[in-house]
Amino acid sequence: MSFSWAKPYEPKSPFMRWIDERLPLPRLVYGAVGGGYPVPRNLNYWWNFGIAAGVFLTIQIITGIVLAMHFNTSTDGAFDSVNQLIMRDVNAGWLLRYAHMNGASFFFLVVYIHIFRGLYYGSYKAPREMVWMLGLVIYLLMMATAFMGYVLPWGQMSYWGAQVITNFFSAIPVVGEPLRVWILGGYAPDQAALTRFFSLHYLLPFVIAGVVILHIWALHIPGSNNPTGVDVKDERDTLPFHPFYTAKDGWFCAAILLVYMLVTFFLPNYLGNPDNYTPANPLATPAEIVPEWYLLPFYAILRSFTADFILPAKLWGVLAMFSSILLLFFLPWLDRSPVRSGAYRPVFKRFFWLLIIDVIALGWVGGSPVKPLTVAVGQIASAYYFLHFLVILPLVSAFETPLPLPRSISESVLHGEEAEAAPIGSKPRRSKTATAAAE
Amino acid sequence: MATKAGSAEGSQTAGPIDGEDGVRRRDFLNVAAVSFAGVGAVVAIAPLFVQMAPSADVLAQATTEIDISKVEVGQRIKALWRKQPIFVAHLTPKEIAEAQAVPVSSLRDPETLQDRTHPGHLNWLIVIGVCTHLGCIPLGTGEGENRGPYDGYFCPCHGSQYDTAARIRAGPAPRNLVVPDYKFETPTTVLIGAKG
Repeated sequence: MSFSWAKPYEPKSPFMRWIDERLPLPRLVYGAVGGGYPVPRNLNYWWNFGIAAGVFLTIQIITGIVLAMHFNTSTDGAFDSVNQLIMRDVNAGWLLRYAHMNGASFFFLVVYIHIFRGLYYGSYKAPREMVWMLGLVIYLLMMATAFMGYVLPWGQMSYWGAQVITNFFSAIPVVGEPLRVWILGGYAPDQAALTRFFSLHYLLPFVIAGVVILHIWALHIPGSNNPTGVDVKDERDTLPFHPFYTAKDGWFCAAILLVYMLVTFFLPNYLGNPDNYTPANPLATPAEIVPEWYLLPFYAILRSFTADFILPAKLWGVLAMFSSILLLFFLPWLDRSPVRSGAYRPVFKRFFWLLIIDVIALGWVGGSPVKPLTVAVGQIASAYYFLHFLVILPLVSAFETPLPLPRSISESVLHGEEAEAAPIGSKPRRSKTATAAAE
Repeated sequence: MATKAGSAEGSQTAGPIDGEDGVRRRDFLNVAAVSFAGVGAVVAIAPLFVQMAPSADVLAQATTEIDISKVEVGQRIKALWRKQPIFVAHLTPKEIAEAQAVPVSSLRDPETLQDRTHPGHLNWLIVIGVCTHLGCIPLGTGEGENRGPYDGYFCPCHGSQYDTAARIRAGPAPRNLVVPDYKFETPTTVLIGAKG
């Protein structure tokens, strides 16, 4: 895979050669994230969020495995095992749990930025459709995993979240109610549901890790997109992943982790809901029931259908919520513009920022109590969400006149300074600055 | 690290980019950054290790009080301390005499009965009922259980044989059954886990 000028792996010692001949794992790593993977040289900081997502997946898996060592999978013991045993008794348990709680939020945060980066720079377009769709699969798995994880502490929000989310399925005609009962293993969330959610919450992160490998594999066939959206043409357009992007990713992940640490240590419950520190009570729903912040926009779409229209309002809401994600799978074919990067699409760019505002508005509506104003805003914002993808994008891509594209990545970056455009390792022109740069 | 990058290109450079000794500033930055990240990683891993250690509430299960007023001469009972069995034996004069008759130097783990009991309470033998071989609970406490050839305790797992002072006499166990810290609060109650 990758480009013809990608450096092949050369074992540095007889031992590594011995390994390479028997199991070419070092070769795979070198070609995937080492010096053997050429990356466009003009990637900006928005391209660091994919690696950051990988870092948070790792943090979630590690802290999750550790928390599972102390978790009690019983409806009588789950709440205490989280809030008494882990939070107070287990050594450093409070840290591990807060790291896991906020790790989920940060995982979603960086993934949302990653997704919107893809939307802005057209990373979903040919030849990267598979990368995009595998990313959406990861996102769906993340939502399922996060939901089931939120049920485990068996607080009020856990319980009623489980009740509400599983009731989505009851909207399906005919099979809905039996399906819901089958998913829960009962008529309401109880021991059977808690145990299976724990089992799946442990399993799904590893499925995510597997799809992440496919996601990266699919990415490495065409290579990364870049802020100009222009294809890589020759060696001057790229830099080896290591050390250039390992260093940049390392630096940037450290910066994100710093913010994550600040929240984990100083605002650990800022993103959570205080109602979840009340043990689950099957007889009383909390006054306001809201999902975690990262699911709020979808919650708003769900709630925006208030009247029956051919189908029951309940079914409309569930259908709209699921299709709001499923339609993203068709995005590569809805946006027909051959220009990838939003930087060269003046009309698209405006609608992109409108979409961001729209999604933030949906999030605000999803987190607010149901009132005439919020319902109205939610309905308009939901309608606009679908309008954006189903009508605006196809029309814009048909009628928009894009700005002139740069001839190549190196030209866009270096403005014709050939000395600096020379790839690492080749002989640059004899000038003081050029040699210093090569060093 | 330094010489490899410097050798090919460095020889052609006009300016003194390399230091006198061939170590560049960038090498220092590399080492500093990687060391800092390494120390950070080790610190980050620390909670993952300490969470496995017994928590304070487990360590706080320090003492167990046992009422021995009902234990008749010749009777042995089991109690629980830190989720481990405690054997309390009210020794008969015959058992005491048997224990005293053994030459201490002949033992694998030389201890006298006096070493293993409290002064003035030679007839009360209190040990942790966990075989020092691989942790099974030896027989010999209950009525009619196999006490082994030395009339003490017999471990069914691998055949370790303990005498009336619960000292290892034959079999694979390396040590005598361990005497825990305990003290007599009254003549008829002992507090296991407390020094005294």
